[in-house]
This record gives sequence, C-alpha cells and structure tokens, in this order.
Amino acid sequence: MIWILDLLILLLVVVCAIAAINVKDLLSATIIFGVYSFLMCLLWAEMGAVDVAFTEATVGAGISTVLFIAAILHTSRRTKD
Amino acid sequence: MKALALLTALATGAILLYGTMDFPAFGDPQSPAATHLSAYFIEEAVRETHVPNLVTAVLGDYRGYDTMFETVVIYCAGLAVVSVLRKKKSRAPENKS
Amino acid sequence: MRLLQDQIAKQKLGESLIIQTAVRILVPFIQLFGLYVIVHGHYSPGGGFQGGVILGASFVLLALAYDQKFSMKYMSEKANNMLGNAGALIFTGTATLCAICYGGMFLDYSALDKLIPLGPIGWRSFGIFVVEVGVGLAVMSIMASLFWVLGSNGEMDEGL
Repeated sequence: MIWILDLLILLLVVVCAIAAINVKDLLSATIIFGVYSFLMCLLWAEMGAVDVAFTEATVGAGISTVLFIAAILHTSRRTKD
Repeated sequence: MKALALLTALATGAILLYGTMDFPAFGDPQSPAATHLSAYFIEEAVRETHVPNLVTAVLGDYRGYDTMFETVVIYCAGLAVVSVLRKKKSRAPENKS
Repeated sequence: MRLLQDQIAKQKLGESLIIQTAVRILVPFIQLFGLYVIVHGHYSPGGGFQGGVILGASFVLLALAYDQKFSMKYMSEKANNMLGNAGALIFTGTATLCAICYGGMFLDYSALDKLIPLGPIGWRSFGIFVVEVGVGLAVMSIMASLFWVLGSNGEMDEGL
C-alpha cells in the first residue's frame, strides 16, 4: 500500500465522480463512468484484492458500460437539466 | 437549495471520516476480523481442499451457499428480463384493428 | 444530438471494415482467455463469474461490431438458454447430489467420493471446479441474452 499512489487514485476517483454527474452529454457520462470503474479496479488491485479488481474490471467497466450505451441509443443522448 | 445539499454532503463526509479513525490499521494482523476465521483459512485451506488460491477455496467450498445463491440471483434476474422484454414475432397478424 | 440515432436508423454506424476484421480476429482469443480464467481459477485470480462475463462479452462484442444476427449465428438463442439453464442446474444439482444420493451434507463435495473414488480432498478440489464451470455457463448465457434483449427491444433481430 503506497499512500502517494493511493491518494492520486482517490483524487482521480472523486474528479471522475463529479464530472460524471455534471456533464450534459450522457454518452460522455457513460465513458467517464467506465473510467471511474477502471480507477476503482486499480484501487482494489493496489490494495491487494486482485479477485475483486478482476470482477470490477469485467463487470463494472465492461458489461455495464455497454448496457448503458445500449440504453442511451434507445432513448435520448442529452439530459434535460 | 444547492448550498443545503452541499452542506449535508460535507457533514456526512466529515462524520464518515471521523468514523474511520477508530478502524484498525490496513492489514493489521491483530485486528478482530483477522484473528478468528482468517487464521483458520490461511492455515488449513490448502490442506483441506488442495486449492492454492484462497479466494476460490473460500468462495467455492467454505462459503458455497453464498456462491450458489449469487448464481441463482443472477439467473433469476436474467430470466425476469428475458421473460418480460422478449417479444414473440406474431407470425399471423390476428389483430385487424 | 440526433445524429447518432439517425445513423443508427440507417444502419451505417459501426460498419467499419477495420473494426469488423479486428473483432473477427480477436474474438477467439477472448473466448480462450475466458475459458482459461474459468479453468485456472484454482491457481490464479479469476473463477466462474469473471470467466463467464468475459465469455459473454465476446458475444456482446460481435453484436456491436456486426449486427445482432451475426452474433446469434455463433450462439443461437435456444442454445444460449439451454446453456444457462444447464449452468444453474450443474451447481444446484451437484449440491443436491451430495446431500441426497451419497449421504453427505448439502454442498459437501467430499461425499461424492462414493461415486468416483478420487479421495475426499480430491473431490473437494474437483467439486469446486465443477461448480465454477456451472457458474461460468450461467453467467455467460445471462450476460449475452441481457444484451441481446435490451439491445434489440426484445425482438432479437438486427439490434443496435
């Protein structure tokens, strides 16, 4: 556990979380959410929980991003607010 | 309204950060969670199951109920989505209206 | 804003030769890696759930790069449903077999030693493998059919 790397990843996680709810384009929000999932995966792997990191990378960043994109392509790409 | 929401979020975050001060240190072998079951799994799992990966041994054997019902939950979710959203193609259009 | 959806309506998006060729070359290796993750879960990170998601993601990738009909040529809907049911049945069936037929506890794989003599410890190791294969099959089928149903509005035709 390297605390400088930890701090950097946590900072990027917070930045990604704020960006994902502030951006107007929903496709961009989905991609930022994927980046958030990968950063969480990096965090798990850095803390030594490799199995959880693997699950996060496959499910969080792989499948759920694709399902979000499928939902966006069937509805609208812009938020109203 | 936004200021109130920010204040609530900041207060909750401060309380959560205050709560983490009582946690044991990261990877502390003397912490209460690591003294009872973890020692047993680390010492006995390879001898009892011949599986070197501890996570697989615990998930597949010692905590088999959890894994089984996790699979059943995913299976039920997929079954529900398919049975609700799947449309059969109407081969003969019977609704004339 | 509506541009992407207009392109979807004309079925022009995603029909790039480079992407299709890359996906066609890549998909067998992705499926091989998924099988490796399932089978090698005893010795390295991974297991049934992750390997099943990787296997399902390969079909999702085919459905995104080509259209959905093309990915259903590799795995038809009926075969997919049968594999998913078989996966869930393998897990619960193994557990029940231990309890009912051979006098052990529920999910106690060492009771299966009376079926094939591998030794109780050997059966505990092999039972985990059988169960992981079941989880992998079920998760693969669920992930693929989730994307097929959600992506094509439940009609299982061209899709996205």
